[in-house]
Amino acid sequence: MVETPFVEMINIDKSFSGNQVLKGVNFEINSGEIHALMGENGAGKSTLIKVLTGIHARDNGIIKVKGKKVDFSNPKQAEQDGIIVIHQELNIIPHLTVAENMFLGKELTYGKTGILNTKEMKKQTETSLQDLGATNIQPEDTAGDLSVGKQQMIEIARALATNAELIIMDEPTAALTAREIESLFNVVESLRKKGVSIIYISHRMEEIFQICDRITVLRDGQYISTEFIRETSFEAIVKMMVGRELGERFPARTSIIGDVVFEVDNLDRRGVFENISFNVRKGEILGVAGLMGAGRTEIMEAIFGFEKKNNGTVKLDGKALTINHPSDAIKAGIGFITEDRKAKGLVLNASIRENISLTNMKAVSNNGVISASKENKLISDLIKRLQVKTTGIEQEIKHLSGGNQQKVVIAKWLGIKPKLLILDEPTRGVDVGAKKEIYTIMNELTEKGVAIIMISSELPEVLGVSDRIMVIHEGKITRTLDREVADQEKIMRAATGGENHEALISN
Amino acid sequence: MKRLLVTNFAKIGPFIGLIVIMIILGFLSDNFFTLDNILNLLRQVSVNALIAFGMTFVILTAGIDLSVGSILALGSALTAGMLSSGMDPIFAVFIGLIIGLALGAVNGLIITKGKVAPFIATLATMTVFRGVTLVYTDGKPITGLSDSFAFEMIGRGYVFGIPFPVILMLGVFLILYFVLRKTVFGRQVYAVGGNEEASTLSGIRADRVKIWVYSLTGMLSVLAGIILTSRLNSAQPTAGSMYELDAIAAVVIGGTSLMGGRGRIVGTLVGALIIGVLDNGLNLLNVSSFYQQIVKGGVILLAVLLDRRSK
Repeated sequence: MVETPFVEMINIDKSFSGNQVLKGVNFEINSGEIHALMGENGAGKSTLIKVLTGIHARDNGIIKVKGKKVDFSNPKQAEQDGIIVIHQELNIIPHLTVAENMFLGKELTYGKTGILNTKEMKKQTETSLQDLGATNIQPEDTAGDLSVGKQQMIEIARALATNAELIIMDEPTAALTAREIESLFNVVESLRKKGVSIIYISHRMEEIFQICDRITVLRDGQYISTEFIRETSFEAIVKMMVGRELGERFPARTSIIGDVVFEVDNLDRRGVFENISFNVRKGEILGVAGLMGAGRTEIMEAIFGFEKKNNGTVKLDGKALTINHPSDAIKAGIGFITEDRKAKGLVLNASIRENISLTNMKAVSNNGVISASKENKLISDLIKRLQVKTTGIEQEIKHLSGGNQQKVVIAKWLGIKPKLLILDEPTRGVDVGAKKEIYTIMNELTEKGVAIIMISSELPEVLGVSDRIMVIHEGKITRTLDREVADQEKIMRAATGGENHEALISN
Repeated sequence: MKRLLVTNFAKIGPFIGLIVIMIILGFLSDNFFTLDNILNLLRQVSVNALIAFGMTFVILTAGIDLSVGSILALGSALTAGMLSSGMDPIFAVFIGLIIGLALGAVNGLIITKGKVAPFIATLATMTVFRGVTLVYTDGKPITGLSDSFAFEMIGRGYVFGIPFPVILMLGVFLILYFVLRKTVFGRQVYAVGGNEEASTLSGIRADRVKIWVYSLTGMLSVLAGIILTSRLNSAQPTAGSMYELDAIAAVVIGGTSLMGGRGRIVGTLVGALIIGVLDNGLNLLNVSSFYQQIVKGGVILLAVLLDRRSK
C-alpha cells in the first residue's frame, strides 16, 4: 500500500538572476510525519520553503498537495490548502493580547458590523490553547510579556485554528529554554497523532534524532537524499550535508592551560545576579551553562561595561580594571562576541570591511585618519585567516550566510588581539561545518594563550568544547565542574537549582 | 549588471535630476545661464547647504535636528549684539560659532543623557531658542553692526569674482567630505546610525559621537546665520524660521536615509543645489510663490520615490 504524500515536490529548479539556488530538488512529506529538512546555511532550505508556500515562483518542477497539482502564488493560497510557516522571527505583535494576536487579520465580528466579538475570540483562544496543553497562557495576557516559548505556542495555536495540516517550523527551538523545548516537543508529538505533518528545520542534530521520522538533506541547492532517521546516523547526516567526512564533531583540545589571567570577584547587580566570582586561566575555555534568562548574558555584559553593575572587581593579568564602557574593556584586551549578532554584533547595512574596522579603528588609522592600505591589509588578512566565504571585503554583511556573518564577528575581535574573549552562543543558527570551524578557531586562540569564556545553551557543545564548566541558576553560580567529571545530568541539575528535573535532560 | 546600474542610479540620480532641471530652466529663461545669475544662485544656496551639511551628519546617526533655524537666529542675534557693542568682528564671529557649538551640544546632551527622542528634544529647543532670541532682541532687528571689511566680506565679499559665502560653503564641504570618508569619526557616525548597540559594543562612545554631531550642526547653523547677518547688515529675530525643512529636504533629496547609517554628503550638496535652482528658476519665470511651494514639494516627493525604487 503506497500512501499519497501530503506534499510532494518534484524536480524543483529555482534561480535568482542567473544564480541557481535549487537544482532538481525533491521533497515529500506524509500526513502525520515529522520530516527534518537539513543543510548548511545557504543550501537552499528557505528557498525551498518559499517556493512551496508561493513566496517565490519556481522555474521548473511540480508541486502536489494530496496528489493534486498546485500552483500557489502567495502564502495565503498555501494557507488555504493547510500549509503554514512558523518563522524563526515570530509574527507576534507585542502590545496586543494573546487573543488579539490569535485572530489578527481574521477578527470575529458581530455579523458585518465591524464590531469585534471579543468574548467569542477569547473563548476560542482559550480552547485552542487548552488543546495544546498550554493552560498557562491566558487570552488576555499581553503577548510581549510572555516568554518566546509561549509566544511560539500562540503561533502554533493560530496555525491550528486555520486547520493547518502541514506546519513548517524554522529553527523553532533556537530561543527556547530546555523546559520550553520539552513542552514544544510534547505539542509536536500530539500534533503528529492528530495527523498534522511538520517540516522541521533545525541545526540541532540531537533534536532531529529525538523527534523526526525522516530527514531530507540539501547541499548547495541540490537534493542529496531522504533517509529514515532510525536507519541513519549523526555522522552520515553530517557527511551528506558537508559532502565530506567532518571527523570529530568537536576538535580535540590541545592548548596548554596556564595561570589565571582573568578574575571576577563578587560581581553584583541588584535583582539580576549576585556574588559572581570566578576566574579563567591562560589558554582555557570556560563554558558557562544555564537556562535561558539565568543571567549569563547579563553577567558578561556587565563585565564588558555594556550594562551596569553595583559591585565587584574585575582583574586582568592581576591588575584591577575600571570598566565603565565597552571601550574600556577593549582597551584592556577583552573581546565580546554577542549572542544576537544581527542586533548587537553587526551593522547589517555596512560592508565586511566597515564592520571589522569598528573594533580596530586605532590599528587602521593614523591620528584619526583612516589609512586605506592599513585597513585593506588588516581586513584581508582576517578574512583569509577565518576563511570567510565572500565576494570581497566590500560585500554587505546582510548578504552573508549566518555562519559567515559569525566569522566576521569573530574577525572583528581577533584584530584587537584579545587576552580574553567572551563568546555568547557562538554557534547559534550556524551549520555543522561552520560550527566546527568556529570550534577550531577557539582552539587555535587558546593555543596562543587567549582565555575564552563561552556561554552556550547547547549542552553537547558545552561539554565538547570547555575545559571547565560554570553553571548559573537565577543569577548565582551554582556549580563549577571540570570537563572530566561533567555530564549533562549534573549540569542540568545545577542549572535548575539542584532539583531533580529528569524531564529536562533532553536526550 | 542590472544591480550595478541600480546602485549607480542611487548615487548619481540626484545629480542627473539637477542637470535635467537646469537644462529645462535654461530653455525657459534666457537669464538662467548668465554668470550673474549662477553666482547669485550659488550664494543663495550656500546658507541652506551649510545647515544641510550638518543635518547630514545628524541624519546619518538616525537623528534629526529641528532647531537649526532657531540656533541660526539666536547665534546671529548674539553675534550682532557683540558687534554693535563694538567688539572686534573676527573675535565676535568666533564667539558666535562657539555659541552655535554650545547650543548644538545642548541638543546632543538632552538626546543622549536625557534619552529624549531627537525629534522631540529639538522640537522643544527650537521653541526655546526662538523664544530666547525674541527676548534678547525684544522682537526687533539688531542693526548698525560693523563697517569692518572682514565682517562685510563674510556675506557680501567676492574672491576672484566668486561670492565669499560660496567659497566658504565649498571649503566646509571639502572638510566635511574628508571627515566622513576618511576619518575614524566619520566611520563612527555611520556606524552609530547603522546600529547603535553594535557600535557601543564595539567600543564606540555613541553618546559622544552624537553630541559632536549636534554641536557641529549648531555651529554650521550659526555660520549660515552670520552670512545672512553680514549680507543684510542686521540680525532678524525671525531669521531662519522653517530653514530646518529646506535642510532636511536637501539631505533627503541627496539620498541619505532617515533611518541612519546610509548616505553621502555629496548628495546633500546636490540636494541643496536642486532646491536652490528651483527657487531661483521659478522666480526668474515669475511663478507665483504659491505655485513654487507646490513644485518644490513635488520634487522632494519625486526624489524620495525614485530613491525607494532603486533600493
